[in-house]
Amino acid sequence: MGAVTTRALVDVRADFPVLQREFDGKPVVFLDSAATSQKPVQVIDAMSAYYRTSNSNVHRGVYALAREATELFEGARERVAAFAGTAPTTTIFTGNASGAINLVAYAWGRTNLEPGDEVVVTHMEHHSNIVPWQLVCAERGARLRYLSISETGELSLDEIEDVLAGGRVKLVAVAHVSNVLGTLNPVEEIAARARAAGAVTLVDGAQAMPQMPVDVDRLGVDFYAWTAHKALGPTGIGVLHGRRELLEAMPPFIAGGHMISRVDLESSSWNELPWKFEAGTSPIAEAVGLGAAVDYLQAVGMERVRAHERDLTAYALERLAEVEDIRIFGPLDAEHRGGVVSFAIEGIHAHDIAEICDREAVCIRAGHHCAQPLMRTLGVAATARASFHVYNSREDVDTLVSALHSARKVFEL
Amino acid sequence: MDALYRDYILEHYKNPRNFGELEPHDLEFHDHNPLCGDELGVHIRVEDGKVADLRFNGQGCAISQAAASITSDELIGMPVDRVEDLDADWVIDQLGIDISPTRRKCALLSLKVMRGATTGDASWPD
Repeated sequence: MGAVTTRALVDVRADFPVLQREFDGKPVVFLDSAATSQKPVQVIDAMSAYYRTSNSNVHRGVYALAREATELFEGARERVAAFAGTAPTTTIFTGNASGAINLVAYAWGRTNLEPGDEVVVTHMEHHSNIVPWQLVCAERGARLRYLSISETGELSLDEIEDVLAGGRVKLVAVAHVSNVLGTLNPVEEIAARARAAGAVTLVDGAQAMPQMPVDVDRLGVDFYAWTAHKALGPTGIGVLHGRRELLEAMPPFIAGGHMISRVDLESSSWNELPWKFEAGTSPIAEAVGLGAAVDYLQAVGMERVRAHERDLTAYALERLAEVEDIRIFGPLDAEHRGGVVSFAIEGIHAHDIAEICDREAVCIRAGHHCAQPLMRTLGVAATARASFHVYNSREDVDTLVSALHSARKVFEL
Repeated sequence: MDALYRDYILEHYKNPRNFGELEPHDLEFHDHNPLCGDELGVHIRVEDGKVADLRFNGQGCAISQAAASITSDELIGMPVDRVEDLDADWVIDQLGIDISPTRRKCALLSLKVMRGATTGDASWPD
């Protein structure tokens, strides 16, 4: 099959300055949005405008500039919460998704996990949803268990029920969309089963929130973590949404300025939600940038973003299958996956595939994608991975496929 | 001809010399390159203070595997205590290609495990 050119579902490439770049006269084809997305000029301008016209510290000043910065910062929180379908008071700004998961692992885990309790994760988790649980389980004498994945990279609800039926599970931590396999996990069903078994659920939404409509309250999960920089926003700010009763009962994680209500010599009392969990000066410009990013995504429309990702993923699955001796990981149906496709080509290591793609200015990722347990489950040392966002097109997939044919030629396959 | 993936590099990648297990062996070491997932181990048999025989094992990119294969014949017969005098330039000269900063760790992985096996020091070249 040759290149198919259809009108893009979304055509926003001109909003992204980095995508105007060329390398050796070739326009950049950015297929690594699962690592970090590019930023539209609207986000860059919002952050620049904040520093140029409104910069000051938030919450503390009585002067007009401080009030303005505070309004921008808290206004961003309100829009981010609305974007995620939940309340601003239970929307906590962290450093990134790892920061959000660590907050729960420490502030919730240290006070709720007892020896013999179980924390359940899956074989498809990113290291950031494994390592914090390893540390807190070791500290509390709890057991860390892993849910298996099928050959097409999917979880089994039956297995989840079996594990929950043991009666020792306190928390289930699962990715909404896998950063390697692309699997779209049934987190609403998982959360319902966990709740019925008396366990809480944490969803790592780093890959899902940027590319599909997510209504955190409707999902019924207890904690939902994600990060701005994969959602067209800046680095340096992540988000934790949490169930109010749990957040209120949790002690602070990071201590310092602004998270207190009153400090005495021996002890202190805590600020209200969400500020109890936001010690120190916040990433203010980053919050403004994230606010602009969710405005941008909502202007495109998250249903359209999802339709675009699904179209590109289906197209990529179809076109990649034309490459000889390719192995594509994850669900076969784009309905059940997000906009990320990992693959391996027999006879060429992923690192070499990425190197040859780079010669065509095609940016893909090669390696273990911070998911070493998953690589061992798949029986590979590394995969190559292409991932999409609103600014990608079917032509980008065509360029990738042609680079993969070149790679096979270079390797004389 | 491709400047990086030259025919002899691909030949060593596809048919690496001195690859597999060596039993019995006197020294061994295993390491990986977390950036790209290359894994490489080495078994060494020592006789009279020299590398009498060796086998590399593992999986990785063309550059890491070719570097191991190309250098393996030079390493066999070398006094064990000379291995720690070998440096990055020695490997890159033998590879005979320009190595970009992003591929440097791939190129040096085999010498890293050789040094690990002979000196116990896993820190080189960082």
